[in-house]
Amino acid sequence: MEKKINCFRIVILAFAICLIIAGITRGEVSSVFVKAINICLECIGLG
Amino acid sequence: MRIKENNLLRKNIQRKILQVAAFGFTNSHVGNIATGKIYKGYWKNFCSPGLNCYSCPAAGLSCPIGAMQAVENTPRFGVSFYVLGFILAIGVIFGRAICGYVCPFGLIQEIFHKIPSPKKHLPKPFTYIKYLLLIVFVVLLPALLNDSYGIGSPAFCKYICPAGTLEGGLPILFTHPELRKKLGGIFSIKAAILILTIVGCIICCRFFCKVMCPLGAIYGLLNKISFCRIHVEKERCVSCGACHAICPMDVNPVSQPESAECIRCGKCAAVCPEHVISVGFTGNSSPN
Repeated sequence: MEKKINCFRIVILAFAICLIIAGITRGEVSSVFVKAINICLECIGLG
Repeated sequence: MRIKENNLLRKNIQRKILQVAAFGFTNSHVGNIATGKIYKGYWKNFCSPGLNCYSCPAAGLSCPIGAMQAVENTPRFGVSFYVLGFILAIGVIFGRAICGYVCPFGLIQEIFHKIPSPKKHLPKPFTYIKYLLLIVFVVLLPALLNDSYGIGSPAFCKYICPAGTLEGGLPILFTHPELRKKLGGIFSIKAAILILTIVGCIICCRFFCKVMCPLGAIYGLLNKISFCRIHVEKERCVSCGACHAICPMDVNPVSQPESAECIRCGKCAAVCPEHVISVGFTGNSSPN
């Protein structure tokens, strides 16, 4: 059972890494960056 | 009894040092608080593992929940593979240990809980609210509610997030008088939620983590499979109940070692008289 869970963990981790690479490849990081370096009016309650 | 107290004290001090270090690393631009400027450097490309508003002038990293919604709001993307992958990777390795050791807002809540007041436990059904908030305000609303240009808005940040109001809103509004003129109904809602959260945290340990945190909800689901976990030697357990009584998240680690609420703080392991509980990574956990 523990071996199966371990395999599952590794599969999920590999999947997560693939998602990160896919996200970086299609340029999502710049969207995150642009949002994060400006005052987010929604976050501070000015909507 | 003395050994048990020493174990607990040692565990608490170790955890507090890590929490303060993580808080400092995530909010390394403290000088910006006086000027209200936002850090605009390279590190904002990366998310912090815990909840920390990126509009906080001190923040050096991005908020994963804010970032996820920001990418969702972009018509070009829809779903954020980058942030989702990051949360999934962190969650499958650490689970909710992130909440217990790294999350800046977790530390803030624990400080509020130190304020003397009657302390209460929260009924279990309240803990399911965070899953509803995750689905409605982080997944559905940012994806579905778009303006005429197809751009959505980060609904959780906009209507709910008390971390944003406290860490971002108050310092920014204090230093930007021109923004104070624009305060309106949404700010009133967020301020009311912040006050409710602070009162909740004073009375109930980690009220926001238990009831409202969408990031904690995701990490909680991953608790069941994460590498970092609680190990209990059930055959040696004397069922004294000390672990359940000390748990800040109201979890019984003997019956539910993989509970979605467990933040792996290790208090249960520190007070166990038989040393049957341990917290650690799979295959590498040592009893206290």
